Amino acid sequence: MKTLLSALALSTALTVPGLALAKSVTFTTNLNTYGGNGAYLAFYVTDASGAYKGSLWIAGGKSKYYDHLSDWYRATGGSSSEINGITGASVGAGRQLKITLDLADALFDAGYKLHVDAAVEDMRDSPSEVVVPLTTQGAGQPVLGRRYIRNFTYDM
Amino acid sequence: MLRSLHKIPGLVAALLIVILTLSGAVLSTFPALESAHAPTQSEPDLTVAMLAGRVAARYPGVEQIRRAPSGRITAFYFDEGRPGAVVIDPATGQGVANYELSALQRWITNLHRSLLLDDAGRLTAAAGAASLLALSLSGLLLTVRRVGGWRRMFARLRGPLIGRLHVEVARLTVVGLLLSSTTALFMTASTFGLVPKDGDPPAFSVTVSGKTGALPESISLLRGTPVAMLRELTFPYPGDPTDAFTLKTARGAGYLDQGTGATLAWVDHGPWQRLTETIYMLHTGQGAAWLGLILGLMALGAPIMALTGIILWVQARRARPRIKGNTAAGQADTILLVGSEGGSTWGFAATLHLALTQAGHKVHTTAMSRFALERYRRAARVIVLAATYGKGAAPDSAKGFLDRLTALPQAPAMPLAVLGFGDRQFPEFCGYSAEVRRVAEEKGWPQLLPAASVDRQSPQEFARWGRNLGQALGHSLELSHSHAIPRSHALTLISRRDYGAEMQAPAAILRFAIPKAGLLARLTGRGFLRFSAGDLLGIVPQGSPVPRFYSLASEHGDGFVEICVSRHPGGLCSGQLLDLAPGESIQGFVRRNLDFRTAHNARPVILIGAGTGIGPLAGFARANHPGRAMHLYFGARHPDSDLFYGEELRDWQADGRLASVTMAFSRTSARVYVQDVLRADAAKISRLIGEGAQVLVCGGRNMAAGVADALADILAPAGLTLALLKAEGRYVEDTY
Repeated sequence: MKTLLSALALSTALTVPGLALAKSVTFTTNLNTYGGNGAYLAFYVTDASGAYKGSLWIAGGKSKYYDHLSDWYRATGGSSSEINGITGASVGAGRQLKITLDLADALFDAGYKLHVDAAVEDMRDSPSEVVVPLTTQGAGQPVLGRRYIRNFTYDM
Repeated sequence: MLRSLHKIPGLVAALLIVILTLSGAVLSTFPALESAHAPTQSEPDLTVAMLAGRVAARYPGVEQIRRAPSGRITAFYFDEGRPGAVVIDPATGQGVANYELSALQRWITNLHRSLLLDDAGRLTAAAGAASLLALSLSGLLLTVRRVGGWRRMFARLRGPLIGRLHVEVARLTVVGLLLSSTTALFMTASTFGLVPKDGDPPAFSVTVSGKTGALPESISLLRGTPVAMLRELTFPYPGDPTDAFTLKTARGAGYLDQGTGATLAWVDHGPWQRLTETIYMLHTGQGAAWLGLILGLMALGAPIMALTGIILWVQARRARPRIKGNTAAGQADTILLVGSEGGSTWGFAATLHLALTQAGHKVHTTAMSRFALERYRRAARVIVLAATYGKGAAPDSAKGFLDRLTALPQAPAMPLAVLGFGDRQFPEFCGYSAEVRRVAEEKGWPQLLPAASVDRQSPQEFARWGRNLGQALGHSLELSHSHAIPRSHALTLISRRDYGAEMQAPAAILRFAIPKAGLLARLTGRGFLRFSAGDLLGIVPQGSPVPRFYSLASEHGDGFVEICVSRHPGGLCSGQLLDLAPGESIQGFVRRNLDFRTAHNARPVILIGAGTGIGPLAGFARANHPGRAMHLYFGARHPDSDLFYGEELRDWQADGRLASVTMAFSRTSARVYVQDVLRADAAKISRLIGEGAQVLVCGGRNMAAGVADALADILAPAGLTLALLKAEGRYVEDTY
């Protein structure tokens, strides 16, 4: 379980000026037993037009592999300033990743989408394996992944 | 210092290195297997555009095409929402097999790079690689010191089997181990982000045309890129006009518009990326499968060296006894300085220490490297026991002794005795102790005893020197040194043939049955060792704990143990042997003597011996096969008295096992010695040596000296020396 006071790397328009305007959100990601090494995952937000807005969490510590999180990488160039302080360990096959973040209220019900890119060594890259609109109604409803992610849920 | 740098990391990291190298050797086979199984690319000028077109036609949902360094091409695709992955035949674009990651390969890879322990494991494995690098470098320097210089790097090795095996494997594999360990450290640094990155695709900041539908075949960059350059081509998402093609090649990476085919962004690889890729290839063999296989084979040297290295360490420790009752330097009347390389000289020192202490002396025993004259306030004598390392170099525990000796302002007053330990087969026999003695004499240090040496740890020679020392000290001194006598077995005499009675020099060929041992005893090394002619039979006589050694005249396959023995006046052991009647037995064991063997080749062999020295030579002849020319020169007293193996020599000549037999009899009217017949046959011997013949000499030390002189004269016109033949292992002696 990862707890973070605020999503530091969200671009300036979305950063949380004070805790009053934020809510605590838990991301639960369950992985399939895909028979490979630990998966790298990138959690990030795009706006309604699909433009990248900011990163929330990177699971996987070796920056040399970040280009395989290909949608996220294409948007950020793997810039370390995007992910300072929001990285953790990669997630083993069949395991669960649970992270709790304080997210700005403005992110919800405003057309923003949460993307999860996944990549596993020597296996196919799986960019935007999960794409889910951030809405109050969508909370608690599991979304299925395509390859490495069995399902993903966010709870408030 | 150098030895410690080699020994300590070796012992600490041995297990780790064994795991890393064994797993590495297994991994080295995968790239070769992969390229053997991948469909080969038959069109040399196939472009990425053509390949992508073929694959897209077969798999409309294709997401990505990858080319591994082995040449294997893989396509990842979605078909009705289900992901698929196939190995592609580039000629058709058709999948030939499902692509699946081998669970075994993945497990071994993870074991190899991180011991299945993630980052902590990666750092541990890197420490293993660093140890391997340190061991390779220090081992290389030790080997150079041992063989006597870089030029003699591949000279023939001598000494006990385990030590030789250790160095032999080392010099065959050190190149691979250096390469693998250095590249491993680089790869770890790269994994942890310590190597600059300049090979990633650029950020996707440019805008796309918004059109879709460009066929890969029509995109000019893909048409200009040969498949051999391809790393990976990623297709745009179906139905997403903001997406683009992503191309990674050996040259660089970038994005291509999916509507116009234009290059949207491109970055060439920088020098770091190229270096990283080269090192990756050198370490894994991916893209250079043959190199991988060679490195994998060389990696197997490390477990062998770990095992032999640990055995050597244990042997050295066992051989180095604790000196009991060591007197402080300032109190002792006798200072015993030890220069030992492997530790065996410490064993002799312990024996001497004990005997001198029992004779009432106060003895201080220490390493030569700790020589400190100013502390020896009550010393009446200094005794130096010094081995020699390689070509006359100082042994490990004597480092710095000569410098300190040279630096003394004046020679000490108390006398010095120097005893050298060495192996007469080496060109520089006791070279270091001779140097110590020379420097001491130059200083004017009075000598207690004449120069003396002990050949191949002979307890007899040590005891003889001890008696001389005792005389100089004015009391008797019996040194019965026994280095760990192996378990001995009862040898029962089967038959004996007697000689020499006419000359009052009784001698006999004694044939014993091979002692039987159960399977368990043999497997645990407690049975009677397998032996070859030229190995030594240690006999433990009744009434003495010190074994005497006789050269074996038979090999295990002959089915009997045979030695040739003459009675020494007052000899305890030879007397007991010659008194044996068939059916009686005596205790004995085998000691290997690997240097005194015929070489494994078809070159001629010259056997030279006198008296009972015929024993091992007869054994070599008996084991010879017709086709290899073996020439025997044999000296005896009289044909009616001590012509050992007379009948066999005739038979072996008849069936071709001996090409020629030349005799010299010293007590007939002719009065010739074996060195005389050698000189008479100089032309033939010179020719045989020119053909690469090996010379094996066995007999008394005086005879061996005479033979060496004769051979030196015979070889001189051809510009050859005995030292040269010795260095090549073509002149070996077994003397007594």
